[in-house]
Amino acid sequence: MTALERYQDPATIQRVLHTATTIAIVGLSSNELRASHFVGFYLKRHDYRVIPVNPRETDVLGTASHANLLDVDVPVDIVNVFRAPDALPAIAREAVAIGAGALWCQFGVINEEGARIAEDGGMTVIMDRCLKVEHARYMGRMHWFGFNTQRITSVRAGLQ
Amino acid sequence: MTAERDRLEQARAFGFETRQLHAGQRPDPNTGARAVPIFQTTSYVFEDPESAAAYFNLQEYGNTYSRIMNPTVAVFEERVANLEGGCGAVAFASGISAQAAALFTLLEPGDHVVSSSALYGGTVNQFKHWLRKMQVELTWVDPDDPDAWSNAVRPNTKALFGETIGNPAGNVLDIETVASIAHDHDLPLIVDNTFATPFLCRPIEWGADIVIHSATKFIGGHGTSIGGVVVESGTFNWSNGRFPVIADPSPAYHGLQFHETFGTYGYLMKLRAETLRDLGAALAPFNAFLFLQGLETLSLRMERHVDNALAVAAFLQSHELASNVTHPGLPQSRYRPLVEKYLPRGAGAVFSFDCAGGRNGGQELIRGVTLWSHLANVGDAKSLIIHPASTTHRQLSDAELEAAGVRPGTVRLSVGTESVEDLIWDLEAGLARVK
Repeated sequence: MTALERYQDPATIQRVLHTATTIAIVGLSSNELRASHFVGFYLKRHDYRVIPVNPRETDVLGTASHANLLDVDVPVDIVNVFRAPDALPAIAREAVAIGAGALWCQFGVINEEGARIAEDGGMTVIMDRCLKVEHARYMGRMHWFGFNTQRITSVRAGLQ
Repeated sequence: MTAERDRLEQARAFGFETRQLHAGQRPDPNTGARAVPIFQTTSYVFEDPESAAAYFNLQEYGNTYSRIMNPTVAVFEERVANLEGGCGAVAFASGISAQAAALFTLLEPGDHVVSSSALYGGTVNQFKHWLRKMQVELTWVDPDDPDAWSNAVRPNTKALFGETIGNPAGNVLDIETVASIAHDHDLPLIVDNTFATPFLCRPIEWGADIVIHSATKFIGGHGTSIGGVVVESGTFNWSNGRFPVIADPSPAYHGLQFHETFGTYGYLMKLRAETLRDLGAALAPFNAFLFLQGLETLSLRMERHVDNALAVAAFLQSHELASNVTHPGLPQSRYRPLVEKYLPRGAGAVFSFDCAGGRNGGQELIRGVTLWSHLANVGDAKSLIIHPASTTHRQLSDAELEAAGVRPGTVRLSVGTESVEDLIWDLEAGLARVK
């Protein structure tokens, strides 16, 4: 198992997706063409409570944006990071401070120190994975677009 | 019903034979149907206006119109992507349209493509004439010469193209070498893997970036349907500066930046949402269903195909009226080292040989066989025979024929899964008419 695979375990990913209700997205943009907006929009459609954390924004997806995680005044299940990798340690410290459950770092947001801070603080870490893709893989409709979900199962699932 | 959250799926590297049966399909959630349902529908009812908008904006994976996506076709796409080790796939109405779409997504007028010269005649036509009409330049190279590949690359080159096993000359592409030449120039390697199928070779494992299939052939396997598919690895960096057509805001999709927004899936999203949308060569759901039936037995058929093909090739090799038997799996083949590396389970079931007596000899052989079917296809479970110079490669000049490894007496075989002694018996009868 490589260092990254430790943060990409399918069962862990499914558990985090199934148990979360509130997701703070650090770096969420109000620009509809940015990847972060696609993810935020998608998660909101799938009934997650999405909390924008971005000092450059006032309001994203109909919710007031917070300057940092410490300003978020509701319990957060997942901190989803769309920032440069070197910003991760500071974000991880804030995530631990507010008692968030999981630190989810998007594609390319790879920083070992940040991951260690979050793990030492009792958080689950998922790294170099897209939250939208993983939701669509296990609970959504990614397979309708011919993408390789890697899933092999004969279990009859609920309605999509 | 057991909640999904109580049945978390564990990481497991499932075997090829398991995946050829299961990948891409879960039992239908509405009905429990075990077989893949044929969704014979043009369009899909939207839940509400917001959902419809989200689907068209690609903010949510949603079915809109069967020219762009269809749930039966999607199972086929995912299954091929899984077997090839790609991140996804897009199916098309034919192999030729799949190939056109894979290139069209990358190319702009003034661009350039480097291609192996040893290709299926239909591909030669498409590249030579259709690319010219699109104002795309083309350089043919000898696929066996690595220097020829690198020397042909220009600043406006956008892709390198070859076939895993060339049609019909049986040359084996040194995929790893050519992929590394492509990557040295920040270019993708596109490989037509039709003759090998993912059971015999998976080009992505050797560095290929895009894999194309005519599903009409071994994937379908029974000569019932025309179709094609494009698979992408998901690892090529389309934002490397050479591909503004994919990385920059797209005027054809309200400014969407496909690679930035969809990352790994950007090329395939563009291939589907723009190229398939605009070319319209959608695979029919029923044909996708037949291809899925074919895929369920792919490994079983290919094992038999390659055994029979090698036996027929060995028979011809020792026959006085046959020469130049191009099956790359023969011990004498110059491609033997490449076969051992890329095709350890067998070097396919399509090859050619030169029949004594030139053009007349080849035609007499075809008149003399009664079990082999004389037709223009390959990859059927039934054995097929054809004379390329007067059929599939008819539009090629003498020089192009030579480059494609076709001579006047060349006969191409696609060896099926019949009793092999019957296939040899029939060829003996046909060869008896020659001279």
